Amino acid sequence: MAAITVRQAISDALREEMERDENVFILGEEVGVWGGTYAVTRGFHDQFGDKRIKDTPIAEAAIIGAAIGAALTGLRPIAEMMTINFAFSAFDHIVNEAPKLHYMFGGQFRVPMVIRAVGGGGRQLGATHSQTPDVIFAHFPGLKVVAPATPADSKGLLKTAIRSDDPVLFIEHSTLYQWRGEVPDGEHLVEIGVSKVQRPGKHVTLVTYSKMLQLSMEAADQLAKEGIEVEIVDLRSLRPLDMGPVLESFKKTNRCVIVEEGWRSFGVGAEVAARLYEEAFDYIDAPIKRVAQKEVPLPYNRELEQMALPQVKDIIAAVKEVL
Amino acid sequence: MKKEDYLDLYRQMVLIRRVEEQAAILYQEGKVGGFLHLYIGQEAVSTGLVAARLPQDRFITAYRDHGLALNVGLTANQVLAELLGKATGMSKGKGGSMHMASVEHNFWGGHAIVGAHLPIAAGLALGDQYAGRDGVTVCMFGDGATNIGYFHEAVNLSKVWKLPVLWVCENNQYGMGTTIDRASAVSEIRQKAEGYLIPNSRVDGMDVLAVKDAAAEALAYVRAGNGPYFLEAITYRFQGHSMGDPERYRKPEEIKKWQENDPIGIFRKAITAGKKATAKELDAIDAAVIEEVAAAVKFAEESPNPAPEALFTDIYVEAA
Repeated sequence: MAAITVRQAISDALREEMERDENVFILGEEVGVWGGTYAVTRGFHDQFGDKRIKDTPIAEAAIIGAAIGAALTGLRPIAEMMTINFAFSAFDHIVNEAPKLHYMFGGQFRVPMVIRAVGGGGRQLGATHSQTPDVIFAHFPGLKVVAPATPADSKGLLKTAIRSDDPVLFIEHSTLYQWRGEVPDGEHLVEIGVSKVQRPGKHVTLVTYSKMLQLSMEAADQLAKEGIEVEIVDLRSLRPLDMGPVLESFKKTNRCVIVEEGWRSFGVGAEVAARLYEEAFDYIDAPIKRVAQKEVPLPYNRELEQMALPQVKDIIAAVKEVL
Repeated sequence: MKKEDYLDLYRQMVLIRRVEEQAAILYQEGKVGGFLHLYIGQEAVSTGLVAARLPQDRFITAYRDHGLALNVGLTANQVLAELLGKATGMSKGKGGSMHMASVEHNFWGGHAIVGAHLPIAAGLALGDQYAGRDGVTVCMFGDGATNIGYFHEAVNLSKVWKLPVLWVCENNQYGMGTTIDRASAVSEIRQKAEGYLIPNSRVDGMDVLAVKDAAAEALAYVRAGNGPYFLEAITYRFQGHSMGDPERYRKPEEIKKWQENDPIGIFRKAITAGKKATAKELDAIDAAVIEEVAAAVKFAEESPNPAPEALFTDIYVEAA
């Protein structure tokens, strides 16, 4: 086992899959000569050349649309959205084409593609470049939406996504690239649509994913000093959503806090809480709490931006409220 | 062209016309749901294009797709069954009028969002370029689709990457009820291709042989590795945009004038005048098609609905 960054884990996954399968190729803005705006594909252009590392015009609908078409012919494109905020310019192709084609044409078409998109706030990029709109995409049947946090999950889920015969949106977080963690040596695959307990505990179930796993771990460390043992369930995939480990944990703790970076309204917290009410009503001992982004467009100013984003102290306060 | 080829093109166009007429009747009887866009008047375009194709050439079009479906070899049974939402339709009753396709016939749909299939067409062409195959992707779209961003993103990409794609604009003069001069900065659509340095031409879309010849030339150009080509076919739909169109935007005299140029009528005249076949032989085709379509209506009506389980099949290839 080696400790590597999330950036390295994603880069390794891409390189390994490209070396394994000639049909895998990457297209997107600045993925080639530049080496990727987050340096994930640095060196790829030299190794794989123009054919398999395709720099595109700044034209998101063309990037996703072309990836869909190429996937229909049997290739396995990995289309990169420089940020998930730009994915709105390709919204029709992401939610209205890729996830529909298999079903709508009676099973004739297959769209084995991955869309990599980095999102998240905290880098003072202003309202249009800092969003966490994951749930919007998770709303659509036919699309798989994956948003890992740890280096091991990032690598294992990306490799599985590339091998999937269905379209997968793979969401990365711009402030997680430097996060370091152990990744199993050799072939490492993680199944899509399987939640995971990242930290065992018995007092409160904390459901989270992506960047908020990092904050939740910190909050759990601090709470442990006060004798509060939090069990953290990392969803890892939003669609399909695996409620198994969440329910199992909740039936033990009877208390739940859901932590997400996106806005509270119609969010992951709302979905998970509703499912707990539907599937585990008899186990509820306290109101289910949500920690989420304030309902504002994210401001540029550092203090204001941090006020809007969920903080460790907010998670600690919510846990104490449900105890 | 041999005699059989003339008769085959004639038969295809008559088949489209009769299927569309039956579709309209079935719609009025409440048996076809959703929107129904008929291809009547435009038959020569898809028929001419398909006549020029090689088997490795892919086709993709917009929502006015019944004609192309029949040209590539899907049967009247399959088309009418899909319109009635039956399990025997090519999309198993889950696609409907706007979503017909057949991988077997290299026909990639049937796409209902205006312009959205153009980037997908670029990707189909990329797939052949990547694999080193010599197929050309033929992408059909209406004049209305050339005003949306997808068009410009896809056409630009095709030139930058030298993709093997033949863009075919079916200029039927209207985007729904809006005339070209009210929606497009240029009235000759092919001028938009000029902006991307893509070679282009215009063809009479009511003349099936003219379309076939223009398509053959364009396909050869693209197949030779020269990158994309842009063909504008001037045509006209005789029916409304879709069923229930009140047609307040055009006068009956205008429709009448275009109907004098009916693609089936002028081809029939060309065949008999050129002594390629006799009127009697063409009459026999007309009669056979009427029988074929009547049988197809019966087949569609008697076909089963999709089983309830079909609701949850084919959402993912890999079921959770």
